[in-house]
Amino acid sequence: MTDTSTERGGGPPSSPTAPSRSFLSQLELDLRLLGMLGAFVLVCLVFNLMTGGQFLTPRNIFNLSIQTVSVAIMATGMVFIIVTRHIDLAVGALLATCSAVMAMMQVRWLPELMGWDLGNPALAWAAIAAGLAVGTLIGAFQGALVGYLGIPAFIVTLGGLLVWRNVGWYLTSGQTIGPLNPTFQSFGGINGTLGEGASWIAGLVAALVAVALLFSARANKVRHEFPVKPLWAEIVIGAIVAAAILGFVAVLNAYEVPARVLEREFAARGETVPEGYTAAYGIPYSVLLLIGVAVAMTVIARRTRFGRYIFATGGNPDAAQLSGINTRWLTVKVFALMGFLVGLAGVVAAARLTNHSNDIGTLDELRVIAAAVIGGTALSGGIGTIYGAILGALIMQSLQSGMAMVGVESPLQNIVVGSVLVLAVLIDLIYRRRVGGK
Amino acid sequence: MPLDRTGQTPLVEMRDIRIAFGGVQAVDGVSIDLYPGEVVGLLGHNGAGKSTLIKILSGAYRADSGEIRINGQKIDIRSPADARRHNIETIYQTLALADNLDAASNLFLGREITTALGLVDDARMEAETRKIMARLNPNFRKLKEPVSALSGGQRQSVAIARAVYFNARILIMDEPTAALGVHETAMVADLIKELKSQGLGIFLISHDTREMMELCDRVSVMKNGKLVGTERVEDVTEDDILSMIILGKNPRREAAATA
Ligand SMILES: Nc1ncnc2c1ncn2[C@@H]1O[C@H](COP(=O)(O)OP(=O)(O)OP(=O)(O)O)[C@@H](O)[C@H]1O
Ligand SMILES: [Mg+2]
Repeated sequence: MTDTSTERGGGPPSSPTAPSRSFLSQLELDLRLLGMLGAFVLVCLVFNLMTGGQFLTPRNIFNLSIQTVSVAIMATGMVFIIVTRHIDLAVGALLATCSAVMAMMQVRWLPELMGWDLGNPALAWAAIAAGLAVGTLIGAFQGALVGYLGIPAFIVTLGGLLVWRNVGWYLTSGQTIGPLNPTFQSFGGINGTLGEGASWIAGLVAALVAVALLFSARANKVRHEFPVKPLWAEIVIGAIVAAAILGFVAVLNAYEVPARVLEREFAARGETVPEGYTAAYGIPYSVLLLIGVAVAMTVIARRTRFGRYIFATGGNPDAAQLSGINTRWLTVKVFALMGFLVGLAGVVAAARLTNHSNDIGTLDELRVIAAAVIGGTALSGGIGTIYGAILGALIMQSLQSGMAMVGVESPLQNIVVGSVLVLAVLIDLIYRRRVGGK
Repeated sequence: MPLDRTGQTPLVEMRDIRIAFGGVQAVDGVSIDLYPGEVVGLLGHNGAGKSTLIKILSGAYRADSGEIRINGQKIDIRSPADARRHNIETIYQTLALADNLDAASNLFLGREITTALGLVDDARMEAETRKIMARLNPNFRKLKEPVSALSGGQRQSVAIARAVYFNARILIMDEPTAALGVHETAMVADLIKELKSQGLGIFLISHDTREMMELCDRVSVMKNGKLVGTERVEDVTEDDILSMIILGKNPRREAAATA
């Protein structure tokens, strides 16, 4: 049980004081993350060039962000599904059912039952709670069919794809339901933002927390006498992260509320807009929601037993079971979590459209799976990251919006997106073979 | 140095164990026992039912009938977690490791060390892994890499470390040296002797009769799911064991019976 042969020679030494390492390798950055970021930046720059600078305006970046949220939220859940070697084809249809339940709750059922006014904020919260509960329960049900009855997830969710979209149809009798409650609509994007000041505060807090986390991780390594990267490398990374966060806030804050919208808002309060007054939208609530989901899902993936078991099960289901992990129950939990996130994505999607229509979420299952896969989630299981899936969703949305702005016809848009999906997986495969093992 | 076991309670008793897969009676009324500080070898052809028998003890399978006693107490092992609760640790023939996780995550899989907040404490688990590996396999350094990047011997040492770290009292080793080179095999043999001297009971499965004669106190031979017999190694020769495996009977006993 020696491993002398593998430890000697070749490759950079791993001791903390190893000299003569390149600048980049000392930063110990994740190469795949860099690759995806590079691809994303490239897509943005190319479209910016082709649209004569229209792509990277604050307004378009704002729109891009809010269009990405719904798919990105679901993609984080899809990572866990795919990591455990399953698939969920029903997310788009389930989103329609959740959205239908939430719309009916706030527009029909609760107002009729409780006699509440349509603008009552309580309607929004009750509807959201119901939507999340329905999503979670249906997810858990599908998970039980997969985990306990052993029906392949592909089949269960293929059935679900047909079932849930049409359950949604029956709930609304095929009608479009709306307009949705104003409080509910504030989760959709433009109708609910933090505003300039609060956005800066949120950005500063986020930057501080990110830097604090970097250094507490370092302190933890030092405490256990593990090798750490040089302090300057840590500072450089902290600075880049903080700059990225604050830069994003600055861009969103640069998108100003149009004058006529301000006039309308002031008029509603019986005032007039003061001379020279401007206001910025700032960070949309929906984007904050996505950030919250991203943080929570990353913590689950990396720092909880649940997450550890998800990855262990994906890597070797038999080993996980022999280690005492209840893989059947784990499957139920993973699908229930997916259902919960679908409910959450349903809030954002319906709120953004300001009403519920029956075709909401159509083809989302494909976008969500594509986002997870472009983000480096391996269909063979055991491998995937939350940030990758969100970046994947962002890349997909940028491609789609960019092509629309450039005036590419929609059939060609789909051809491009489809090809990019296959290409992304191919590049990832080649990368993994090069790096080996992983 | 044959020990007198009369009056002593066995660490493990498996009585009249049966299990069938479809039509195949994989284990057919087998009874074996194991005392503290003892190594009992399981021998038999491929498909004789050795792995299946010990998987019943490790909670991977549930017996159709029969009973298991630990320290004289009848217990019910329904899952691998139950077995672990009784300090039964298993090193499986098919090395049950999650390839995508690193050594520490595998070592602690199912029994992670957590922080006060209930989050997994990777730094501490890695430090503990470092410590136990320094003892078992001082050359082991690939702590951060997924175990798919390890050699067969390195993977084996992760599996063994898992059993040792969690203070097994009953250790099951299913062909632990099958994938190993000469040097690594010797290390496993030394480890078995050390653990035995610490009072663990060990079930060892191997096809190497010579190795078994050297390491085991007793050997049990199985054929077609049935127990052929259990012998103390000092009472039999390697040839006797071979004929038990091949013919399904012990020539010496047969001779004694007809004499
Ligand atoms: N999960 C299973 N499903 C069906 N049949 C099984 C299963 N596990 C084992 N068997 C059968 O039970 C019998 C005993 O298998 P087992 O793995 O216990 O043999 P073994 O003695 O460990 O052999 P080897 O020396 O090759 O490891 C074989 O006939 C095998 O085909
Ligand atoms: Mg076997």
